[in-house]
Formats: sequence, structure tokens, C-alpha cells
Amino acid sequence: MTLAAEIDNETSPEKLLAPVLSAFWDDEKSWTLDTYRRHDGYEGLRKALAMAPDDLIAYVKDSGLRGRGGAGFPTGMKWQFIPQGDGKPHYLVVNADESEPGTCKDIPLLFANPHSLIEGIAIACHAIRSEHAFIYLRGEVVPVLRRLHEAVREAYAAGFLGKAEHRQKHGLGSGLDLELTVHAGAGAYICGEETALLDSLEGRRGQPRLRPPFPAVAGLYACPTVVNNVESIASVPAILNRGKDWFKSMGSEKSPGFTLYSLSGHVTSPGQYEAPLGITLRQLLDMSGGMRAGHRLKFWTPGGSSTPMFTDEHLDVPLDYEGVGAAGSMLGTKALQCFDETTCVVRAVTRWTEFYAHESCGKCTPCREGTYWLVQLLRDIEAGKGVMSDLDKLNDIADNINGKSFCALGDGAASPIFSSLKYFRTEYEQHITGRGCPFDPAKSTLWADRGGRTDTHTEVNA
Amino acid sequence: MTTSSPEGVSLGMPQLPPPDYPADVRARLEADAREVVARYPDSRSALLPLLHLVQSEEGHVTRTGMQFCADVLDLTTAEVTAVATFYTMYRRKPSGDYQVGVCTNTLCAVMGGDAIFETLQEHLGVGNGGTTEDGKVTLEHIECNAACDFAPVVMVNWEFFDNQTPASAKRLVDDLRAGTQVEPTRGAPLCTFKETARILAGFPDERAGAVEASGGAGPASLIGLRLAKGEALPARVVHPRAGGPEGSQPHDPSPSEHLSSHDAPQQTSASDPAHPAGPSAEEGE
Repeated sequence: MTLAAEIDNETSPEKLLAPVLSAFWDDEKSWTLDTYRRHDGYEGLRKALAMAPDDLIAYVKDSGLRGRGGAGFPTGMKWQFIPQGDGKPHYLVVNADESEPGTCKDIPLLFANPHSLIEGIAIACHAIRSEHAFIYLRGEVVPVLRRLHEAVREAYAAGFLGKAEHRQKHGLGSGLDLELTVHAGAGAYICGEETALLDSLEGRRGQPRLRPPFPAVAGLYACPTVVNNVESIASVPAILNRGKDWFKSMGSEKSPGFTLYSLSGHVTSPGQYEAPLGITLRQLLDMSGGMRAGHRLKFWTPGGSSTPMFTDEHLDVPLDYEGVGAAGSMLGTKALQCFDETTCVVRAVTRWTEFYAHESCGKCTPCREGTYWLVQLLRDIEAGKGVMSDLDKLNDIADNINGKSFCALGDGAASPIFSSLKYFRTEYEQHITGRGCPFDPAKSTLWADRGGRTDTHTEVNA
Repeated sequence: MTTSSPEGVSLGMPQLPPPDYPADVRARLEADAREVVARYPDSRSALLPLLHLVQSEEGHVTRTGMQFCADVLDLTTAEVTAVATFYTMYRRKPSGDYQVGVCTNTLCAVMGGDAIFETLQEHLGVGNGGTTEDGKVTLEHIECNAACDFAPVVMVNWEFFDNQTPASAKRLVDDLRAGTQVEPTRGAPLCTFKETARILAGFPDERAGAVEASGGAGPASLIGLRLAKGEALPARVVHPRAGGPEGSQPHDPSPSEHLSSHDAPQQTSASDPAHPAGPSAEEGE
């Protein structure tokens, strides 16, 4: 084998990608129980039910699975925190409120393969001895809600869910009942924060709670509760079925396993890429056609708008928890939003900040007031009405929000401010000295390069 | 003190209780509500789905609907109102059969969402939250809807219309107003906003074929899988509606244009006129 061929092989998508959750999304009717079972569906549950709950928790902990919702907390450890033999009901609540700007992994996962989540729920409930689980799905995704309703119906009929005797009859019982309620939210980003989600699920305004007590001690209805992200729970069945060593063979020691990376923005091929943790943006772009033709990467987020932005200097950062952290950001939800040189960073940050101001629940003063004032300053700067001292003021206000509220929404609002000022301060200054925005938004659109080049590029860029 | 309102000067009379639902409607909703409440260990958890349910009855959350929720769950109307006003999916005024939401969060906005939203405002002659005169379409801009790999995204009654352009979005709203059956890129053939609200209350869509409609994962969702299988990159599949840039206006934002500034605070619940919540003095007085 020549060296060139060897290199080719090392960088080929077949080598670099590892579809597990997405492995059969291209099957006809991938969302049905039949299809799921043809692909070893619910085999992980059989193995899990043969284990004692504590052994199961230890097994998931040993696998090294970390939360895929943003914070990266070890999933098994979250389960272990649930007090046992306390006489209270235990609850599992799945966070399917995917709303972080740029994040688009759980929704396609649930649309194409909802049973992986339901199997994961059945396994997790056996581990934490829960008889009632909830899926808190954001309301704005009715096609997904439809498929969840249907998948839950199928799972009840097949005995994966339901009364203990019903499950036992199908050879799937842990001796416990298992009810699963699909709950549609009503439009509030803050409900993706786990304690706000619990308040919302209790029929209240979605406002974060002070911790401690943590949900593991006093969560839903003040009972011990595990709140896990969709992808975290949906990853558990494969770990059980194929083994923790298989899982640990992917990724790094501290960030083992596979995960969904969501590529979006000015790239040739936006979409879902499931790969071992630690792949780089350069590798993902190399295999997928790169940035759109004739343009270069300007800035990107590793894990949604709340994670500090990166630039083209960071193309080789390993996209795992440690790698991204060491480079000054967070892996977050692996929402790789890529923007090219036509994009005004001030416009992008202003819009994100407007989002945070709109979504701040209003409970904590630094976040409620701070995001409001950030928006005022940013709008002035974008419109060419800013002054140089505004830049330090932006930084100062962001600093007064960051880390000073109950939940991480305010921290998320500060991230794009800090990071854009760090990498693109001159662009802010241009808006001020030039008395306006030097960019033409029309050039950033999906159809900007179509005119005149339609003949040659229709098939790829259409 | 500010006492004037569009309705005139407040005379200090407390608002009368809302009218009740007709007996048959109330009986039907109570049966539905019992089913919803039974899903939860604690009845109050049913409040969000019940607000979706009353929205499915009248197209928006009315005072009657909130009173109904309060009665069923043994809450005060203040408790129900506090929740109904927190969440953006609950409409506070009569609106159209089809809610057209254009994503204008950063990524979609940059990819063309701003241009689409501006085009639709001009085309329909309504602003953010406005409804066309025929009562068919309510236009609004929405936040990130978890479909960034399909940007720019438009949602109609919370079904996905992926990879839109100003031209395709115009055709979409024209079809909606003309009563032509419209099918989303991902999701089921459109039903009305009220019917959608019933699904959100937790009652499965009973229409034949609704679950299967539009098939499996969308093309962008499959790109990584195809590459992993050694397939060549597929040509980006474009929804038949998505056309070229014809009819699109280059976006030329005025300095005063800021999308979220259209999110003027909505009217909150009526307060006791004897104890107004507003500022007691104008600033600078």
C-alpha cells in the first residue's frame, strides 16, 4: 500500500464515522418497532433486565457515557445519586426540549428512531427503580410528537411498558410497572434547563430552581428524579447490547463513545454525522465537501450559541469534552454552526443576544436586566450608532451576568459576547468608526451564489 | 398614573367573569381533561396540555379556557394565567388557521430567514403576529426550531418546511390561502391550528397515514450515514416548492430594523383597577 493510499484510508468517512443511533435511519419506516427489532432493538433491555439495578448503574458508569445535552456529566453517576430504599417514587425525565440555537440532533433522532429512546428509558428505569418516566418534548415539533405517540403505543402493546404483570407476560418485566408519559411543552427555551423543566412539568412557569437540593434528591414532585438528555438515554441500549468495551474502543479515555455532530450553515453538506468523540471540524469538512464553494470559514460554534465561538484557528481541535474545553469553549450539544466570510459577526451576536433577552425567564436580575442592556448596546453598534466605550461596556455587562444567576442561560448569553470580542474586536470597531455595518446580508443567504452559476452548480448547491 | 387604554378610560369596575362554555362543549372537554389528568401523578402537571386543549377548542387561549383549566385543576385563574402568559405557543388573541413561523434565529436568519420573513410581511401585508384578512394565515418569526441543517426553515402549524427561499415561502402562503392541500417536507399534510393543538394536548393524530407521512429522516439527516457507507455525496435534494431566487428581495436592513423588537410585550391579564401595577409616576416627574 502506498503512503497516499494509507492516508486516504485513515481519513475516509468509513473510518472516521461510526453510525450507531443513525445506523438504519435510511431504512424504509425506520421509526417502527418492526424495523428497530430487525436491528437488535430491545436486546439491550433484555440484557439489562438480567442484571441487578446496582450492577446496571455500575456498568453504565464504567462505560464512561457522559451526558449529551451540553454539560457532559457522567450518566451513570447521575443514576447513582438516586437514593434507594427511601420509600418515595423515583422518576426519570427525558429532556427532549432541544432549543439551543444550532442544536438539531435529538429531533431528527426521535423522528427517525424513537424506539432507541424508549428502550433506553426502560433500561434506566430498571436501574433507578422508577415506575414512571416522562418525555418532555418541546411543543414546536409536531411531526416528532406524532411518532413518539405511535412508538409509545407500540411499546405498550409489546410489553416493554405497562403494568408489571403485562411486562412479565412478555418476558420483559423487572417486577415493576413502567408508565411513560409523553408531555409536549409550549414554547420556552428555558425549559431545557433541568430544574425549569421540572417546574414546567409540574404545571408552572418554567423557572429554574435554586440548587441544592439537586433533582436526584428533590426533583419532580420533590421526589428523587433523574433528568437526562435524549441522546444520552438513547445511547444506553447499544452500550448494553454491544458491551462497554466496544463503547470505550471509540473516543478517548475521558470522552468515550460515539455521538451525533450536527453540521450547519455555510457548508456544502449540512447534516448529521455520527462519529467517535474527538473527530475534528477539519475532518468533518474534508469528508463532506467543505465550506460552500468559493468561501472560507470565518467563525463557528462547537456546541450551540451558548458555547464560546471558534475561528479557523480551531479546525483541528478534537471535538470531545476535554479537547474543546482546553481550547476555551465547551463541547455542548456538538452543534457545529459554520459561518463564512460573508457573515457579520456583530449581526450574528446581536441576534443571539436578542434570543437570550427574549428567553430569559426573568427570575434573576443579572440575566433579565443584563441581556436587555446588551441588546440595546449591540443594536446601536450594528446600526452604526455605537461609541468605542460601548465595547468595554458590553464586556462589563456580560461579566456581570456570567456566573451570577441560578442557571446557565445568562452564562450562555455572555459566551458569544466574550468570544466575539476576543476574536473579532476589530470588526466591532469597524461598525463604530465606519458608522454602520460593512456587510451585505444578501451575500450570506443560501441562494446568494446561485445566480449565473446555476448551470454548473445546480446539482450540488441547489 | 396611566389609566387610559385603547378601550377607553377605565372606570374602576372589575372585569366580569368570563362566559362559560356551552354545556355540551364543557362536557366534551371535561371528558378529555379527565384523560389528560390521568396521565400524571399530580393533577397540576396537566395544565400545559389542558391549555393546548382549550386552544384546540377556540384557536387561542381565552378567559373562558383559562377558567375551565382552573376549575378542572382546582387552581385560581391567576395561577393559570401566570402559566398561559409564560409560554409562546399559547395564543392570546384570535389568529389564523395556519400559523406560519419563519425562523430568524442567527443561523436561519443569515442563511435567508430574514429575507423570507421580510418578503412574507410585504406579500401578506401583515407584521409579526399579524393575521391576514381572510383569517387564514398568521405570520410570526420564531426561534431556533432544531432543524439548522435544513436552514432556512419555515414552520406551518409546527410542521417542517425545510430549505425555503422567499419565492417558495410566497407560494406556500398563497397555497394556504387558496385552500390547496399543502404537504410539509417533514411532517403530515397540514391540519388546522386547532387540530394541531389537540395533538399537542396529547391526543394522537387519528388521520390515516399521518404518522408515516413524508417518510423517514430528511436528506440532511442521512448525509453522515451515506458517507459512512461509502456512498458518494448525494446531490442536495430540494423540496419541490423550493425555487430559485426569483421574487426574492435582497435584504437591505434599515438601521432601526431589529426582529425581536417586534416582540412587543403582549397585554397581560387584567389587573384590579384599584391596584394598578403600572408605574405610579412617569419617569422624570
